[in-house]
Amino acid sequence: MILVALISTLVLGGLLAMLLEKWVTGSAKWVGLVASLLTMSLAGSLWIQYTGIDASTVSNGVFMVFKKPWIPEFGIEFHLEVDGLGLVMVMLTGFLGLVAVLISWSQVKHKEGFYYLNLLWTLAGIMGVFLAFDLFLFYLFWEVMLVPMYFLISIWGSANRIYAAYKFFIYTQIGGLLMLVALLGLYFLNGSSTGVYSFNYWDLIKTVLTTEQSMWLMWGFLIAFLIKLPVLPLHNWLPDAHGEAPTAGSVILAGLLLKTGAYGILRFVVPFFPDASQSIAMPAMILGVCGILYGAKLAFAQTDMKRLVAYTSVSHMGFVIIGIFAFNQLAWQGVIMQLVAHGLSTGALFVLAGILYQRTGTRDIRKYGGLWATVPRMGVAGLILVLASLGLPGLANFVAEFMTLAGTFTTTPIIAIAAAIGLIAAAVYSLRIMQKVFYGQDTASEKISDLSSMETLTIATVVFLLIYLGLNPGPITRTVEPSIKQLISQVETPDKGGFSYRTQVNNKSSSNGKH
Amino acid sequence: MTESIWIIIALPLVSFLILAFVGQRMTRQTIALVATAGTGIAALFTLVTGWRLLSSNQANFEISSNLWEWINTSGLTIHMALHLDALALVFIFVITFVGFLILVYSTEFMNEDSGYARFFAYINLFIASMLILVLADNLLLLYLGWEGVGLCSYLLIGFWYQDPSNGYAARKAFIMTRIGDTALIIGLFLLFVEFGTLNIGEILTAAPEKWVTGDTTAKLAAFLLLGGAVGKSAQLPLQTWLPDAMAGPSPVSALIHAATMVTAGVYLIARTHAIFELAPEVQFIVAIVGAITLLIAGFSALVQRDIKRVLAYSTMSQIGYMFLALGVGAWSAAIFHFMIHAFFKALLFLGAGAIIMVLHHEHDMFKMGGLYKKLPVIFWTFLIASASLAALPLVTAGFYSKDLILWQVFASNIGGSGLWAMGFAGAFITALYSSRMVLVTFFGKTGISPTHRPGWAITTPLLVLAFLSFAGGFIELPHTMGHTQLFSEMLHGTLPALTMRELPANGELMLQIITGLTSIIAVGLACLVYLRRPSIVNQLKSSSFGNLFVRLWFTGWGFDVMYNALIVRPLVSISKLNKKDILDNISIGVSRLMAFGNSQLVLSQSGKLRWYMMIIALGAILTLTLSIVI
Repeated sequence: MILVALISTLVLGGLLAMLLEKWVTGSAKWVGLVASLLTMSLAGSLWIQYTGIDASTVSNGVFMVFKKPWIPEFGIEFHLEVDGLGLVMVMLTGFLGLVAVLISWSQVKHKEGFYYLNLLWTLAGIMGVFLAFDLFLFYLFWEVMLVPMYFLISIWGSANRIYAAYKFFIYTQIGGLLMLVALLGLYFLNGSSTGVYSFNYWDLIKTVLTTEQSMWLMWGFLIAFLIKLPVLPLHNWLPDAHGEAPTAGSVILAGLLLKTGAYGILRFVVPFFPDASQSIAMPAMILGVCGILYGAKLAFAQTDMKRLVAYTSVSHMGFVIIGIFAFNQLAWQGVIMQLVAHGLSTGALFVLAGILYQRTGTRDIRKYGGLWATVPRMGVAGLILVLASLGLPGLANFVAEFMTLAGTFTTTPIIAIAAAIGLIAAAVYSLRIMQKVFYGQDTASEKISDLSSMETLTIATVVFLLIYLGLNPGPITRTVEPSIKQLISQVETPDKGGFSYRTQVNNKSSSNGKH
Repeated sequence: MTESIWIIIALPLVSFLILAFVGQRMTRQTIALVATAGTGIAALFTLVTGWRLLSSNQANFEISSNLWEWINTSGLTIHMALHLDALALVFIFVITFVGFLILVYSTEFMNEDSGYARFFAYINLFIASMLILVLADNLLLLYLGWEGVGLCSYLLIGFWYQDPSNGYAARKAFIMTRIGDTALIIGLFLLFVEFGTLNIGEILTAAPEKWVTGDTTAKLAAFLLLGGAVGKSAQLPLQTWLPDAMAGPSPVSALIHAATMVTAGVYLIARTHAIFELAPEVQFIVAIVGAITLLIAGFSALVQRDIKRVLAYSTMSQIGYMFLALGVGAWSAAIFHFMIHAFFKALLFLGAGAIIMVLHHEHDMFKMGGLYKKLPVIFWTFLIASASLAALPLVTAGFYSKDLILWQVFASNIGGSGLWAMGFAGAFITALYSSRMVLVTFFGKTGISPTHRPGWAITTPLLVLAFLSFAGGFIELPHTMGHTQLFSEMLHGTLPALTMRELPANGELMLQIITGLTSIIAVGLACLVYLRRPSIVNQLKSSSFGNLFVRLWFTGWGFDVMYNALIVRPLVSISKLNKKDILDNISIGVSRLMAFGNSQLVLSQSGKLRWYMMIIALGAILTLTLSIVI
């Protein structure tokens, strides 16, 4: 039940915010706060339950299931499950959802009811994506997180918001449609060979496919996820969307939406199409390296604070793509750590960028400068977040990058070395932020105010988590370990020459099955 | 008590946390107290621990302390664990003790500064990070300290952040060292893949079993570690950040850019000596890098006008000696020179800082002049330190440490007369530029008058360091004079002894006499030139040949120009050129294509009936024709 509550709290909260705002002006934010707090505490209680059980005793690492028939004619169920991987993502969603509500508190001034409806529904969609184990349901949530985000950008965004929102929508929608086609293809192929038509994850994972079929179907899923991640050269929606979205929108985009791409690849692409995904590992990793370096280079050139941070995301997500396609347990641990660390640090960096924009009225970093003296708390926050972004040891991002690259090094050293050059580039663009914003002379005529206590609390919590996980990543790595073992078992076949063997078997069985 | 070595790190860390959180609301006295107390107690703790260890008469003492499990997943297990042995003991002694003296000095030096608490917070964080680096029992924790000191160095170089050029120097230091750091982290990946662990002790034990001498992987690993070391220790080819790092306050230069952080590379190589011994070619590169750096930095020091830049190049040059020693297998000689150098170079920087402070922030030596009477304490301590740097025979600590290196370079089976000659030439240049610095600053024409004489907080550390710069050498005396080997005996259990080649019996004494005389001659030459005949210098400078070299040396052999032209500027201009992201044209192109298609199709929907009629007729004809033809 708790799984349904995680989603329904947000959905109902959104509706309530919308309705109540019509009666009582200014109530929407309170509804939003209560709903997100409730979600956070639900996620927290789930976490406590999980730590209470022995993870090795549950099959596939899944420890809670909710299943109700929905459209039985088509084998569609309302089917939610949570394992360690899902739990970590749910926690991140709960936390960043709360951050998004808090940061909107003083920044959103018009159409508040509709705003909180969209905000909470996007979060509900994301939550659903991380929990759904029925592929039809997954697709539904995938779309649910997209549409409200479109409204968030196009209504509450800044000057160029309509363009950005369209671009975001079209890019994501193309991916979504391809995924739908692939999903249906998988559904029918599985149904025709087994006779049971089902969207159940655990049924579909057993689908027997020829090499060609799995290649085509994989691309359908993969492109959707690669656009979300994003991977070069499909990243162009991101700087516009992140740049123009309202602060909370940027936080959710960078902190959560990008993560659904990585999650999707790990959860669906890799176990569904193990051989096909391994066959494209090298080109994918090369694209990852290109993303790291290209994103870093563009981040260095930007003068718009939010676009700058957006491009750093492109760079950081390059590590994720490399780690995933390294097909190595350690690298995957690093990837998940990166999802969490990047979600927290970049989310907070967008919070900071939003605050700066709100106070100064500009996002042009050339117009900042010398803010260290005026707003010391913001300066310290900025420093730590920038250090997280450049991967300073002691912060969670370093652990993530280290595990990813060390894992990648064991399988493909050359990629790890090329990606490590990104660490230098990260220092270059990250320290530029510090210099342009906080160091130098303060030339502005009006002095801006420092972080309010609520803002301080928000960012301080993020910073605390970054340091805590940087020095003790155990809570994350231990939680996701069963899921990762389960996933890696899907790609590792008993004998070494297993890949070709498996494909041959698949070929044979499917050719026999053909009519 | 010995188990709790973590306290040594925790003390400055606590000082940092207090200053960072409530430093803004504290008075200057409280700040000064908090700032110095942590490291002061840590220094005492180090002394007590060291005393107990040394008096325990164990040949090979070690303390390990496991704090908590840092990372443990998928075959990667890293502990937050500390390890103290003789090598680490020397380093933590220098870090806490010299660090404490510099903190005391800074309480007065930084007194007028508005960022008083911030300054001490950074310094304490630095000391804690440096201690982590040295005490780490695994390479990942070492890397944490390694990056931590880099961060503090960045923060402190850019401490006066209002001036963008300080910020530039700070970023330059961070980014250039990060190039080395990236080599180091790749080295860590390699070692992890090879050994399945990053524990230093385990790697050093396993390496000789896994690799034969000259193994390619061993060479690669050693080379990557060396990459990290040259970045941090400002050696060729990543040396150019150090002179610019002088933008930071002088106590920072003394602590970070002379005594401790820049020697982290020396520590790293000494710590992982077993890997270098398995890769003799790379170890020889270490020696070559050291020898070349000590020479080119020495030449650059010879022509600088800014007193701190003289010292910066001098630091580079002296670390070059340490690298030279490491490269020929004179491990403990390198560490001995590290310690002695920390004493006298910290003293030189502190002295220079005090002079700069009382001369209205004037850095140019040629505007100083005649200070020996006006600032007696600073003069005498500075003189002792310079004599130590110049390695004046018998009476200075620098003589014993540098002489040890030169002799062992000559005697080593790896080294030989070629490397010795480079070190020897370097010694001559060192004596020359140290004398020049003293003579120009304290003698000659009277320049700017000092505003006041510094107080006790500044002079006491100078006196203590002056004593150490003088007497520190007596714990390690050569065979030929006294034969005391307290220092190398202590390190004996941790670092291997030098492998010597066959040499004539009294070779050592001969070389000592030669090097001793050389430094005296160099000092004499400098006195002659700068006190009696300054015109010689001007003549040299004005000759076209001399002028070329002076300019080349002044700019540090043009490395900055080269790097700017080859790397920095191309990258920046490419970035600027592609600010709008050329790949965006894909989506723009698609949307343009759509718009174009739309505009073309719109033409057909003109609403004119006769057009429609004609198209229909044409279509019908076309269809009919086709059906007949086909």
